Amino acid sequence: MSDLSLPRIQHIAASGVVAAVGIWVTYVSYTQQPSEAFLFPRLIATIFVVLAIWTFIKACLGWTKVGNGITTRQFTNLLPGLVVALIYIFWAAKGLGFYTATSIAFFILLSLYDPAPHAAIKSWVKRAIVTACFMVVMYLLFATLLKVYTPREIFF
Amino acid sequence: MEFIFYFGDVFTPINFGLLLLGTIGGLILGATPGLSPTMAVALLIPFTFQLEAAQGLILLGAAYTSTVAGGAVSAILLKIPGAPANIATTLDGHTMAKNGQGAKALQLSFLASAVGGVFGVLLLIFLTPVLAKWALAFGPSHLFWLAILGVTVIGTLDSKSVVKGLLSGCIGLWLATIGFDDIMGAQRFIFHPALGGGINIIAALIGLFAIPQVITMFAKGRVASGAEVIEVQKHSVVDAMKELMRNKRAMGIGTITGSIIGLIPGVGGQIAGLVAYDQSKKFSPDRDKFGTGHPEGVIAAEAANNAMVGPSLVPLLTLSIPGSPTAAVLLGGLLIHGIFPGTDLFDNHPDVAWTFINSMLIGQILMCIFGLYVAGMAAKVARVPQSIMAAIVLGLAVFGSYSVQSSMGDVYVMASLGVMMYFLERFGFSAAPLVLGLILGPIAEANFIQGSMIANATDGLTPYFFGGTLNIFLIAVVILSVLYSGYMELRSRRYTSKEEIIA
Repeated sequence: MSDLSLPRIQHIAASGVVAAVGIWVTYVSYTQQPSEAFLFPRLIATIFVVLAIWTFIKACLGWTKVGNGITTRQFTNLLPGLVVALIYIFWAAKGLGFYTATSIAFFILLSLYDPAPHAAIKSWVKRAIVTACFMVVMYLLFATLLKVYTPREIFF
Repeated sequence: MEFIFYFGDVFTPINFGLLLLGTIGGLILGATPGLSPTMAVALLIPFTFQLEAAQGLILLGAAYTSTVAGGAVSAILLKIPGAPANIATTLDGHTMAKNGQGAKALQLSFLASAVGGVFGVLLLIFLTPVLAKWALAFGPSHLFWLAILGVTVIGTLDSKSVVKGLLSGCIGLWLATIGFDDIMGAQRFIFHPALGGGINIIAALIGLFAIPQVITMFAKGRVASGAEVIEVQKHSVVDAMKELMRNKRAMGIGTITGSIIGLIPGVGGQIAGLVAYDQSKKFSPDRDKFGTGHPEGVIAAEAANNAMVGPSLVPLLTLSIPGSPTAAVLLGGLLIHGIFPGTDLFDNHPDVAWTFINSMLIGQILMCIFGLYVAGMAAKVARVPQSIMAAIVLGLAVFGSYSVQSSMGDVYVMASLGVMMYFLERFGFSAAPLVLGLILGPIAEANFIQGSMIANATDGLTPYFFGGTLNIFLIAVVILSVLYSGYMELRSRRYTSKEEIIA
């Protein structure tokens, strides 16, 4: 196991997580009551766990041929956006209100990933205008046209 | 010929307006790299809640048809296929554009798409009622095996690894069991309050198709698209039609290949385009010109990827088995209106079924007409920075999944599944079988339970589920699809080698 490279470790970790879920699903399916309610899940779980363990063993032996994993560069690129997106979805949308949280998240994401130079005032103005336009469209679509009442909490 | 009676319904102001909206919007979305037809249709579903069933399906069907065709715009003008179905179009289309024949390539692609698409929808019109009647003979055991077949075929044919494809299908089938059991009312796998009502299909579809795309755009970092749009010179449409007529062989090969491939669940437009391109090249006396900007290459590829759209809906509308991820999303669009495909659809809701199918026929023609005019605009949209696209898709995904049931739980489920799917895809798992498992899981379980009850009261489980010609045939297809895909995986060595992975 001394030749473990990053993708192989990632494959072992990913298939290990899937195998763990498979084992948990199988355990629950065979132990929970009423057993009649778990008839179909037992059928699925049995195949699930066999395939998952097989995949895990293949990953451990370095036989995995599909999937290139995530490079360090890709991970560092996606991390800020993912963190902003998760904070937006799991906290800000409910806590601040949908429209406020979406405006902030949208603007931050543009600022993080827009290739236009950060030093140029023009690019910040462009981002603000794009954000404002997007929010107007979203409000017209969801609040006015579809009559969706979103959480408004602290702000709008 | 029942479909003729419902033709007028397509031309009511609202229906026709939605058809236009779906067609033009789909062309623009299709031209945008990174926005797949499946994702575009999934993001549109929340907008159909307030519409009648037929109206909602018209919008979704038009978007499906025209996103596939719209993908040709960026394939030809930017060398970036708008969708996997347009990969083959890039081979000759972009070279034509570079040689100053961009307008001609676009015209040929839309004309070929329309001819292929109309043929595909006609196949859908004439095959569907026959198969729907045949489906009446299906009992619970057959429907159970059909559901398993749907997951297995897509799991094996649509995935790069047979084992991971099947595993993705199993994950989907398991996810479908989360929530309260329908018969006993027992709680199953509810490890978070948001899962109390089970996993909402629409929220799951949005998450599984949209969020991985968003994260993929994040992973590219702060990069400009770098795509240079080739200016389009004017070209006579009449000349393009004459050119199409001169290339009847490529047109025929593309249309027939696409139609046949569309009928096979799980194969998809990408394969249809590439196979048609390859076959057209083999049968052409000018095979050496392929790849150098030859019109036959564009015609064959585009005829094929649009010809597969209609037939890909045959298994969905007759047997409730979506033949592709986009068909699975359309099934979600049907289910939210309480309509089940199959005989129920044609016997109890013929207006919905035929108005939808007829709208796809008219949509093909509209797509051809508007495609030529929207192409320039669509190419500009394709240059929108990925940062903006990612933020727009994320916002639409959040609002769209919330609007399903006005529940934050659905938003959490959407995000969790989406993030999970991104990482699973990086390790060779595939969204299509997972989605099919999620959608077909309840069908498989309901028929499994019903079949078990019948079996216990009659011959027993084994003879009931494994006996009878149809059961044996379906089981044989399941096994053969797994064995064939496994054989192809081993034989062709078409995937990343171990050395490449480790390197």
